[in-house]
Amino acid sequence: MKKILMPLLMVAALALVPYVGVEYAGLGYLFGVLIPYAAAFLLVAGFLYRMVDWLRRPVPFNIATTCGQEKSLDWIGQQKLECPPTRRHAALRVLSEVIFFRSLFRNNKAELRKGPDLAYGSHKWLWLGGLVFHWSLLVIVLRHSRFFFMTPGPFFQFLEDADSFFDVTVPALYMTDVLALAAVTFLVLRRILDAKMRVLSLQTDYFPLFLIAGIVLAGIGMRYVAKVDVMPVKVLMLGLMDFSFNPPGEIGALFYVHLFLVCVLAVYFPFSKLMHMGAIFLSPTRAMPNNSREKRHVNPWNAPVRFRTYAEYEDEYREKMKKAKLPVEKE
Amino acid sequence: MSKYLPKQSELVKEFEEKPGVLKGDYAKSEWWETPLEFREGNFCFPAKPEVLEELGFPNPRKWAPTDDDWKLPDGWQKTVMDGMKERLKKYRSLKLYLDSCMRCGACADKCHYFLGTGDPKNMPVLRAELVRSVYRNDFPLVEKILKGFSGSRKLTPEVLKEWHMYFYQCTECRRCSVFCPLGIDTAEITIMVREILQLVGLNNNWTLAPVANCNRTGNHLGIEPHTFVQNIESLVDDIEDLTGVTVNPTFNRKGAEILFITPSGDVFGDPGVYTMMGYLLLFHHIGLDYTISTYASEGGNFGLFTSNDMMKKLNAKMYHEARRLGVKWILGGECGHMWRVVHQYMNTMNGPADFLEEPVSPVTGTKFTNAKATKMVHIAEFTADLIHNQKLRLDPRRNDHLRTTFHDSCNVARGMGMFEEPRYVLNKVCNSFHEMAENTIREQTFCCGSGSGINAEEYMEMRMKGGFPRADAVRRVKEKHKVDSLVTICAIDRATLPPLMRYWTPGVSVYGLHELVGNALVMEGEKKRTEDLREEPMAGFEDGDDDEE
Repeated sequence: MKKILMPLLMVAALALVPYVGVEYAGLGYLFGVLIPYAAAFLLVAGFLYRMVDWLRRPVPFNIATTCGQEKSLDWIGQQKLECPPTRRHAALRVLSEVIFFRSLFRNNKAELRKGPDLAYGSHKWLWLGGLVFHWSLLVIVLRHSRFFFMTPGPFFQFLEDADSFFDVTVPALYMTDVLALAAVTFLVLRRILDAKMRVLSLQTDYFPLFLIAGIVLAGIGMRYVAKVDVMPVKVLMLGLMDFSFNPPGEIGALFYVHLFLVCVLAVYFPFSKLMHMGAIFLSPTRAMPNNSREKRHVNPWNAPVRFRTYAEYEDEYREKMKKAKLPVEKE
Repeated sequence: MSKYLPKQSELVKEFEEKPGVLKGDYAKSEWWETPLEFREGNFCFPAKPEVLEELGFPNPRKWAPTDDDWKLPDGWQKTVMDGMKERLKKYRSLKLYLDSCMRCGACADKCHYFLGTGDPKNMPVLRAELVRSVYRNDFPLVEKILKGFSGSRKLTPEVLKEWHMYFYQCTECRRCSVFCPLGIDTAEITIMVREILQLVGLNNNWTLAPVANCNRTGNHLGIEPHTFVQNIESLVDDIEDLTGVTVNPTFNRKGAEILFITPSGDVFGDPGVYTMMGYLLLFHHIGLDYTISTYASEGGNFGLFTSNDMMKKLNAKMYHEARRLGVKWILGGECGHMWRVVHQYMNTMNGPADFLEEPVSPVTGTKFTNAKATKMVHIAEFTADLIHNQKLRLDPRRNDHLRTTFHDSCNVARGMGMFEEPRYVLNKVCNSFHEMAENTIREQTFCCGSGSGINAEEYMEMRMKGGFPRADAVRRVKEKHKVDSLVTICAIDRATLPPLMRYWTPGVSVYGLHELVGNALVMEGEKKRTEDLREEPMAGFEDGDDDEE
C-alpha cells in the first residue's frame, strides 16, 4: 500500500543521505555540527511558535467534558478528577492524562454480533502500547544526557543503571531499547491490521513511527553491533553544548545516520501532529474546571447580539395576552 | 410507519452483511474516494426560504440535497474559507483540535452513528478529517509543500456536500471526547462547521423553523401566549380529574420568587406533558412561589445547533425575563441541550446575572452554591434536595407497575456532570430500577440518535441507525430484568426515544423523571389514586382493593 511504503522509503532515503554524505563526500562538519544546530533551533523556535500561536487565541466558552459527578449537593460524592471543580483539579486531570494516559485507559472495543447485538469489551492494548512507547522514549532521551554533560548527576546514573538492569549483553542491554522497538512495531501493526485503522491512517501517521524506529535501530546498531567509539561522540556533543563550532573527530557513519534522523524528527516535530505534546496541556475540554455555573467565564470577544425583547413580544401579542388574562406592561 | 424508514428486517440484514462494525471494503480505495449518495431518508429537508428570510440568514432558496446543483452563492469558496479563518481566530478549541489529532483511533468505534451505519466517515476522527484535509491544504505552511503526504485536498462542491451530510450525522453528544487522549471534542468541530455551512445557505428546516419560532413566540413550537396558557390549564384539569387536587400555576407574574423554565415539548408533546404534570404537582405539594413565562417559554435552544450567535440570541430571553419579573432565581426543567447551554454558555453569553440572588431552596434552606453565578438550578438537584430533607410525602409503590432503567442524556452527562441526582430521585420514587450495561451509561452514555436538531420525520432511517446502540443497550436490560420503562431527564429524548423503542425494542415506554415523581407524590386532599398520570392502572391500587389508608 502506497501510504505505508512512501513514508518507509522516505525514511530509508533520509537515512542514506548522511551515510553517503559522510562516507563519500566528507561532509562530517555539515552533518555533525551545522545541521544539528539548525535542527535544535527549529525545534525550539517552532515549538514555541506553535504554543504561542495557540495560546494567543481566546477560549470563549467553558467547554469542559465532564466524565464524572459534578459538584452538587453536599451529600452527593464528587469525582474531582473526572469532573474538576477547580483549576487545581483540572491541572491534576491534565497531568493524569500526560503521565498515565487516563482517557486511553477507558478504551473499549465495540463488536457487532448476530442479532444484531452490540458488545463492548475492554481494550487496553492501545493504552499499554502508547504508554510503553512514550515512557521508553522519555527514558532514552534522558539517558542520552551522559553525552551532553560531563557528569550527568545521580538521577541520570540511576536511570542508566535501572535501564540496564538485565545485564545480558556487552555492553549491557537497555530495556527501553527493546520496549521502544516493540511498542513502535505494535503501533505500526495496529494501523495495518485493524480495518478501521487502515482506513483512517495517513502517510503522516506512518512517517514519524518509521522515523523513530529508524533512530532507535541506528542507535542500537551503534551500541551493540558496530560498537561505535563513544568518546569522540561525547566530545562532539559537549562541544555542541558549549556552542563551539569545532569539527567532529573520527566517528562511524552509523552515528551520523542516527544523528541526522534525530535532526529530521526535531525539524518535523513542531509542524506536525507530534505537537500533541504541547496541545495536551491546552485542550479546553480537559484543562478547564467544570465550574461555569459557579464562576462566570468571560469571553473576551463576547459579540453583541440583538434579541427580541419582551416589549416587542408584548406589542405583537398584547390583545391575545389580555384575552387570556395575562398581565401586560402596557394597556 | 414512516415512508422514510425501511422495515426493521431490512436494517437487520444490513447489519448482518457487514464484516464487522466497519461496513465495506477499503483495500483498494481511500476514504476520500468513497462516493456520496443523498437519497430519501438520509437527509433532513433544507430550511424553507421564508424561514431563512425571517431570520435574516443568507441564500434563501428552494433546493434539495438530491439536486445536482445546490445553488450555492457566488464566491462560496471564499465565504467558507473566510468563515473558517475567522473561527480559527476566535476559538482556540477549533485550532487546537484541527492541529493536534494523532489519529490513534480511540474514538473510532465510540460514535453511535458509526456503530449504527458502519460508514468510515462517521468515525469521529474522519468526520474531523473531512475538514482537516481542507484546512491542511490552505493553512499550515510545511504540509502545504507535501500535499500527497499530508492527505490534503481542495474545497470542491463534493467536499461541501460531504460536510453537509456528515456534520448532520453528528449529534454533538461528545462521547468521542471522553475517550480521546487529547479530549478533542467533535461537537466543537460540528458546531463550527454547521455555522460555516449556514453562511452559504446549507441548513435544515427541522432546526431553523424552531429557531425562528422561538425568536418570535418564545418557544420552538411557535405557540402563542394564549395557547400556551390554555395548554397548561388543560393539564391542570387532567391533574384535577386524576387526583382531585387543583394546582394553580401562574403566568408572567411579577414578584414571584422563582421563574420556572422548561422545554416547550413538556407543554405540548406526548409523553412530555406527563412530566409537566409532575412538575405542577411537585410545586403545589411544597407550596412553591413560582411563575411560568409565556415570553421565555422555551428551555431548549436550537441556536446551539445553528450558530453561537443564535444560541446567545435565544438564550438572552431567560435573564431578560427574570429581570423584568423581579424573581430571585430561575429553576430549569428536564432537558439535555438546554442544560449544556445554561451550564456552559448562558452566563458567559448573557451574564453576569447580578440582578438575581444566589439560589436558596425556600423549602429546605439549602444554598445551591454550585449555581451561585448563573443563578439557575436544575430540577433534579432541587428535587433531590427536597427528598433528602424529607420534605416530600412519597409512595414509591405507586410506580410498582413500572420496571425502570435510566438513560443519561448526553449533554447533562458530558456537558455538566449530572449523574447521581436523577438516580437518587428515581430510586426514591420507584422500587424497580436496573442500570443498563456499564459501557452505555453515565459518561459513556449513548445518544438517542436524534439530538442536535435532526429529529425530523424524513430522517427516520438515519435516526434509527444512530439510535441503535442506545436501543440495543435497552434491549439487553429488558431481557435481563424485564425492564419496560426508560426514564430520562431530556425533552428531546422524550420525543425521540419512543419511535426508537417501537422500532428496535417494542414494549418499552419512555418517561420523564418528574412524571414518576408526580405518580409517587401523596398530595394533601387527594382522592384515592388508581391510575398514574397517563391514566394507566397502578399495580396494587386497583379499584375496590382495600388500601391500608
